[in-house]
Amino acid sequence: MTTTSVDVKTLTIDGQEVSARAGQTILEVAREHDIDIPTLCHLDGLGDVGACRLCLVEIKGLNKLLPACVATVEEGMEVSTATDRLKKHRKTILELLFAERNHICSVCVANGHCELQTLGQKQGLTHVRLPYRSPDLHVDASHERFTVDHNRCILCTRCVRVCAEIEGAHIWDVMGRGIDSIVITDLNQPWGESACTRCGKCVQVCPTGALFDKSKVGSDHPKYPDFLPYLNLMREAQ
Amino acid sequence: MTIEELDQIAESVRAEYAKYDHEINVCMGTGCLSQHSDNLRDALTKAASDKGKSAFVRRTGCMGLCAAGPLVLVDPEETLYQGCHAENAEAIISSLGGEPVAALQCDLREHFEQQVHVVLENSGHIDPEKIDDYIARDGYQALVKALTEMTPNEVIQQLTESGLRGRGGGGYPTGLKWSTVAKASGDIKYVICNGDEGDPGAFMDRSVLESDPQRVLEGMAIAAYAVGASKGYVYVRAEYPLAVARLTNCLRDARRRGLLGNSICNTPFNFDVEIRLGAGAFVCGEETALIASIEGKRGQPKPRPPYPAVSGLWGKPTLINNVETFANIAPIIRKGGRWFASVGTEKSKGTKVFAITGKITNTGLVEVPMGMTLRQIIEGIGGGVPDGHTFKAVQTGGPSGGCIPNEHLDIPVSYESLIQMGSMMGSGGMIVMDDTSCMVNVARFFIEFCMTESCGKCIPCRAGTAQMHTILTRICSGAGSMDDLELLVDLCGTIKETSLCGLGMTAPNPVLSTLRYFKNEYIDHIVHKKCLAGVCNMDAVVAESEPNSPFEVLA
Repeated sequence: MTTTSVDVKTLTIDGQEVSARAGQTILEVAREHDIDIPTLCHLDGLGDVGACRLCLVEIKGLNKLLPACVATVEEGMEVSTATDRLKKHRKTILELLFAERNHICSVCVANGHCELQTLGQKQGLTHVRLPYRSPDLHVDASHERFTVDHNRCILCTRCVRVCAEIEGAHIWDVMGRGIDSIVITDLNQPWGESACTRCGKCVQVCPTGALFDKSKVGSDHPKYPDFLPYLNLMREAQ
Repeated sequence: MTIEELDQIAESVRAEYAKYDHEINVCMGTGCLSQHSDNLRDALTKAASDKGKSAFVRRTGCMGLCAAGPLVLVDPEETLYQGCHAENAEAIISSLGGEPVAALQCDLREHFEQQVHVVLENSGHIDPEKIDDYIARDGYQALVKALTEMTPNEVIQQLTESGLRGRGGGGYPTGLKWSTVAKASGDIKYVICNGDEGDPGAFMDRSVLESDPQRVLEGMAIAAYAVGASKGYVYVRAEYPLAVARLTNCLRDARRRGLLGNSICNTPFNFDVEIRLGAGAFVCGEETALIASIEGKRGQPKPRPPYPAVSGLWGKPTLINNVETFANIAPIIRKGGRWFASVGTEKSKGTKVFAITGKITNTGLVEVPMGMTLRQIIEGIGGGVPDGHTFKAVQTGGPSGGCIPNEHLDIPVSYESLIQMGSMMGSGGMIVMDDTSCMVNVARFFIEFCMTESCGKCIPCRAGTAQMHTILTRICSGAGSMDDLELLVDLCGTIKETSLCGLGMTAPNPVLSTLRYFKNEYIDHIVHKKCLAGVCNMDAVVAESEPNSPFEVLA
């Protein structure tokens, strides 16, 4: 008889006692137990970058806030996911996002299916205190099937990661730095002239209306990013 | 190489120089070179041979007092000349053996006598491109001693005993970092020297690399031995061409002397170093971004943990220390950890190099024991604020730090005390400001720096610094409101607590510290539409808000 030993950690999340396998992230464990932590750059099936900072959680005894998507569980950890301090920061981060580019929900193709919009509503964001930056950004409609509207991009880099990690094409990347960062295809060539494989994965994983399918313009444009974990599972099974 | 061989080299170098009656050291650091000290050296060499004087003219690194350059130090008399140019060469050479040239003599005893040189002990005394000069001043004794007489554990023990803390800004105990990397499992490990000094007004690392590059290399080799690495990288900014050239030279010489390469000192220890140039991004001074940059990726930080000590360059355990930290290693091994720990305060040991710039008489590089007060550094060594102006504040720690006003100048300098004051040690830049500096504008300047240097990965730093910059610009132009101030403080809190890396976490510091000590200036700008320092131009806004004619008032 063989026994497989699993390293189990026990911790509390928002006062609820939970157990987890060593190496699991706080986010994974929280979601297994129906504890909602808001995320934006995280997507099941993609490598995590810990960039949007919405999933930050408080750990008792630790002054620093940790991103739940990359921080792994530890024995005896006491995690809080929705303190006043965290809620305030999350609202400010969302405000920063709404004010950064030109997010006008009423004329957006993703209206009603947008993760940014949903998060704003869920976090109780009623108005933006910050001055809108209203940058002058372009729309690239050179691709025969898809369009990228930089006005709606939040630089979550899901498109960059899905293209590099899953599709293996790596035509998306980030150019420039700071507030001038922008996602580009190839070496800043128009999308239509790039080495794009036209798989459309980037469009499905884009949380906003930045990447959209041309055939859906003017109609309902829900996105289906849930295919990723299944795809990964099937690939692993092969 | 053995200790005896090193001693032999040292002896022959000393014997060579002993043939001359005088040694003339000419500073050829970036500061003095910009004033053509290379021409001065050539003129001195020519004059010495013309006049038949027995004098050796040597190119050296920075002597510290950059404001008075080009500098010339004549040994053994220890006469220091300031503001020398090629045309003064003949006078200097003629005076050898007699009375010094009074017109050029620099008499700043106070400036030098209060300093304690450990990192800078060779700066200004050796030719940075001659490895034998370094060896003649006990160079590589520490490496040979570590390799032949000490175990890696004993090296780390000395480091721990010394109490040395990271000189790049964080102040993490160096001994602890080394032992973590030493304990990390894996047969391939790396040592990285962080020379991506990017703070405005800071040039400590540049100076060390330009004046005494072998010392940094020796520190790295000792570190590699202690943690079990055989490959090192020096990451230097491409904006430091002289430092890169001297470092390249020094690597070649060390390899020729068998102090780098395979089987160093006939031990199984192999170590070699490669130089990597930074492409001008401030954020690449952050360790995880620096590692990404060396790997050839976009220079962006990653969340820690995992720390580089566990998973760093190419996923291997990596030791990463700053230039000045490595420059402290050789003296610690040579003289022992206890010696190092005898200098400084309880928690901050040893000395610290500061680059003093801004509104200060003696602009330049100083090295002082930890625990010296800011007032001693600025008013004593720095010579105070020139031209009859009054001191207002000193910004320590660069854009990540904060400014400290006059009433707190008497605090002893240490990692803890500066953080308590709302600033930080940082890498050692000190920018002195007088009554002609507007603190709101200073805060705006540093936020602008952070905004343009933000990598753009995380939202609070990318969009937050841009928002802060907009608000501060509004206040500086006279269009700010008291609500803006509240919003600013709110943003500071979020950026500080939620940013991914140190750049974002510390970006609000200049705003927070100016608000703490100079809130009145913000109020002046917002309520009274006045900039007392006369820096901010508010004419446009003030003119707009004033009624043009009495009729408009009535209307």
